[in-house]
Amino acid sequence: MSFLSIRNLSVRLKNGAPLLRRVSLDVATGEVRGLVGESGAGKSMIGKAVLGILPPSIQITEGEIFLDGTDLLRLPPKESRRRIGASCALIPQDPLTALNPSHRIGPQITDRLVDILGWTRAAADARARDLLAEVQIEDPARVLRSYPHELSGGMRQRILIASAFAAEPKLIVADEPTTALDVTVQKQILRLIAGMQARHGTALLFVTHDLGVVSKVCQRLSVLYSGLVVEDSPVTDFFAAPRHPYSAALLAATPKYTDPDAGLHPVPDAVIDAVRAEVAAFDREAAHG
Amino acid sequence: MADLYTVTDLRLSLADMTAKPLFGPAPRIKILKGLSFTIPKGAVVGIVGGSGSGKSTLGRALVRLLEPSGGAIRFDGTDITHLSDADLRPLRRRFQMIFQDPMSSLNPRHRVGTIIAEPLRLHRMDAVPDRIARALDHVGLPQVFASRYPHELSGGQRQRVGIARAIALEPDFILADEIVSGLDVSSQAQVLNLLERLVADLGLTLAFISHDLSVIRRLCQRTIVLHKGQIVEDRPTAALFADPQAAYTRGLLDAIPLPDPAQVWG
Repeated sequence: MSFLSIRNLSVRLKNGAPLLRRVSLDVATGEVRGLVGESGAGKSMIGKAVLGILPPSIQITEGEIFLDGTDLLRLPPKESRRRIGASCALIPQDPLTALNPSHRIGPQITDRLVDILGWTRAAADARARDLLAEVQIEDPARVLRSYPHELSGGMRQRILIASAFAAEPKLIVADEPTTALDVTVQKQILRLIAGMQARHGTALLFVTHDLGVVSKVCQRLSVLYSGLVVEDSPVTDFFAAPRHPYSAALLAATPKYTDPDAGLHPVPDAVIDAVRAEVAAFDREAAHG
Repeated sequence: MADLYTVTDLRLSLADMTAKPLFGPAPRIKILKGLSFTIPKGAVVGIVGGSGSGKSTLGRALVRLLEPSGGAIRFDGTDITHLSDADLRPLRRRFQMIFQDPMSSLNPRHRVGTIIAEPLRLHRMDAVPDRIARALDHVGLPQVFASRYPHELSGGQRQRVGIARAIALEPDFILADEIVSGLDVSSQAQVLNLLERLVADLGLTLAFISHDLSVIRRLCQRTIVLHKGQIVEDRPTAALFADPQAAYTRGLLDAIPLPDPAQVWG
């Protein structure tokens, strides 16, 4: 069985609006799965549900989230948090808000290792230095003593990557980790994530709206519309021939500098209407049990 | 074709507040280091570069939100480099800006109609309701949107309001600073197609700032590549993409992840 296996996961706002509609997907150890869709499609929601960090206004109404074969949703909350904390990590989108501006970098990486996972301070410090070297930060000792505002956006994102890998997690959720960066830095960061993921054999759930990025780092992808998975394909198959009209339209909207006539076609209204009808049909079926 | 903008040896430095000593002035940090180029009337010019290259600073100098510290900017024959606010005011109608983040550039307490009307009133233009209606029409928003608030709109619709506000003044020149970077691919395509059509229909001159070369490739006839406050390349877009001269441009191109797993991404 895959390390992460989500089955029929439905999530809704407490006032009733559905956000995820029976989502199922797997991420095997060493595999990278892309989650793509427009904003509001529910891609980040899946990552948050897996990590147990959904906001209180949102509840899971059905489904299972198997982490290493155990359904997290059937465990007592404390036990499920312990398991998530021991085996999962997050690479967030915005490295500036994810780091505490009034603390030095070092403790922000090591405190969790010491306080929660019971490492010795010396071991944690050594680990932090090794990791910063692994994400190609020169002079790790100096950076560990720095405050976040003293570092560039690319440096901060490297630190969050290092921090995510610190406790050798089995699964990492990366939530649009390069959206805030420019292309040259994005390339370095993506290669870094892909390299680290491959070396450490981590399962990676990669949330992005950029199909270009998906084609570079993912092996499989799920395309979401309105919380419904409309396509789940291996990346090579998807780019050769997307199976769902909506995912084909997303691909046609993605600009391509090598071919100025391709790309930048808005998703046609007919395709939107069809996929909305699909969502409505799904809701009708769900309502009738 | 006559030039709308003539920029000669443009220099701009700002106070570096991160290095300011407790007493005494902050050191100056040079952002733009002598840029010279022209923008002909009716042209669509792309300005690209990485973060910190000075592209937004250049844009803000063109519409005189910033005052250059050296060189000259001529707009349609008038030297606007050091014009005072009072002298600039009659010209401001003619060069407009569309901002990156429509959520922070549209007043959340005003309805869309009021947002579009405000600059019209400021410039004492007549027939304000007609102009609002025409502007909404141009950007493909139904008239009922005039009474909506920004938070009721999607990201793409908000960016259309930003465009409507700019074109309502019937400007000669529009500066668009990263206006699609916050949008989904589909809304991005819609907004760019709209902008392309408006430029043609209204005879606008457009400077389009972006870090996304794929978008520039589609929209702009000419591209200026900035790196560390200097122009490293200024050529017709097709030639630039076919055969980038500067190593920096080549690096930018190579870094773009194409939606194609076969692309070798050394």
